[in-house]
Amino acid sequence: MKPQRNHGLAAILATLVLVGLGALMISQSAIAAGDGKISGTVKLDGTAPHMKGIDMSKDPWCVKQNSADPAHLQLVEVGKNNGLENVVLYISEGLSAEAASAKPTAVPVFNQKNCMYTPHVLAMDAGQDFKVETSDQTAHNIHPNPNPLAGNIPWNQSQPPGAPAIVKSWKVAEMIPVKCNIHPWMSGWFIVVKGPYATTNEDGSYTIENVPPGSYTVSAWQETYGTQTQKVTVAAGAAATADFSFKAK
Amino acid sequence: MHTNLLRWSLWSGVVVALCLSTSSYAQLTTNQLQQWLNSPAASSHVGKATGNVHAAALPYRRYCVGCHGELGDGNGENAVWFSTPMYAQPRNFQLAIFKCRSTPTGTLPTDQDLYDSIGRGFDRSNMPSWNQLTKQDRVDLVAWIKHFSPRWQTEKAGTPIQIPPEPQVTPERVKAGQAVFAKMQCYKCHGVQGMANGPSATTLTDDLGQPIWAFNFTDGSRPKCGTTDTDIYRIFMTGLDGTPMPSFADNIKPDEAWDLVFYLRSLQPRNSYNAKERQIANQLGLKPVDPNAAPAQ
Repeated sequence: MKPQRNHGLAAILATLVLVGLGALMISQSAIAAGDGKISGTVKLDGTAPHMKGIDMSKDPWCVKQNSADPAHLQLVEVGKNNGLENVVLYISEGLSAEAASAKPTAVPVFNQKNCMYTPHVLAMDAGQDFKVETSDQTAHNIHPNPNPLAGNIPWNQSQPPGAPAIVKSWKVAEMIPVKCNIHPWMSGWFIVVKGPYATTNEDGSYTIENVPPGSYTVSAWQETYGTQTQKVTVAAGAAATADFSFKAK
Repeated sequence: MHTNLLRWSLWSGVVVALCLSTSSYAQLTTNQLQQWLNSPAASSHVGKATGNVHAAALPYRRYCVGCHGELGDGNGENAVWFSTPMYAQPRNFQLAIFKCRSTPTGTLPTDQDLYDSIGRGFDRSNMPSWNQLTKQDRVDLVAWIKHFSPRWQTEKAGTPIQIPPEPQVTPERVKAGQAVFAKMQCYKCHGVQGMANGPSATTLTDDLGQPIWAFNFTDGSRPKCGTTDTDIYRIFMTGLDGTPMPSFADNIKPDEAWDLVFYLRSLQPRNSYNAKERQIANQLGLKPVDPNAAPAQ
């Protein structure tokens, strides 16, 4: 009885090793074959909701900066051909551990300009450095509020006029709201994902670069309408398409 | 008879299953807490004293559980009566976000910071000073607080900020302190005279979305994180995490920070600790800062 069981164990181990080696070879060849991309357009289906104007009278400097072109809420930003701006696209399923943990070297910038956040939504990879800058002649405090139990710790720093940039990073993927307590209308997002990502332009178009070949679930996140997903297959060195459409509410 | 027995056993089975399912969440959390209670993180060192976390079970149950709750989540049975806006909810120790720290914003406080907070209490809140407890009790309670949050399992306390020795108060320093007050735009919340009536004061909320006041320097309130010059220095350099008060560590140099402390002192009502600052401010004839003045470069 006993030797038989040992044989069985050996067979299982051998199979595991073979499968493991096979997986390794597949992933190696995938990298060698070159990365593809996922692109598409995100649109709003329906009439764009009215975005209320912002009363900045708490701070005369902000009022002055916005006198020519009054600022409005940015919960839904619709551009040409009903394209939705500020939608973050990322791969929510199917990335290899290796591809998910690769960190881009670019440093995305979140600027405080005319008492608004530019961009309103800043996407980044977990562990990737990002920069918070101010172009304003009025003081801001930059106060992201993630869930500390999920792994990202909230902080709160001042940025008076002329203050140096703040460089930070987030540990884990999370949709993090950020605000300025001095100017309560200022609210934006740090969208932290794992792996390659993209944010839609004014016309709703996007391209996620550096996607290894494979089958994935692509997620599109919009701050008011939530998240949509789509299955996509990327061939080596090729571009796959994933268009999204959010119903106007 | 036989069917009765069957029915009874069925019903009792259903009741047991219901009890199990409703209590499973709390059970899980208690198990987790039990595990953290026995972890190396549930310890404390304050000066020469070492905390014994197990000894804190009794004082926590006697003095703290009513507000902070069995699970340390700030949901004790008294918490519902904390409904007055502007009176902060009992601290949720599971999140481990603390106002009073000697460490940079976004980091855990030191054991000494937690110990000081227990002894000091929080002015304008329901948290009294617990100085009447023995020192050992308070050190034990620090270890107990640390067993509530998973953060202590993976993070270490931040490195306390460096505070240079306090210089002599001079007219130049009080004046320079006012320039820092103007440049950092403290008046946006605290008001040009420190009366907590700046333009942004009325819309301030804490991280939980509850309304919160800016500190009023002029009404005799005690700052929440201590009343000494060093405490005030520490407050604006580390920020009060969980509140709108940010850290100014990147923007105020250590020497300027002392200037600002002296200027803030001059805003407070006359007392033994600020007689000199007030006298200097009077002699200088300092006027409140003018937010509309061109920024001094």
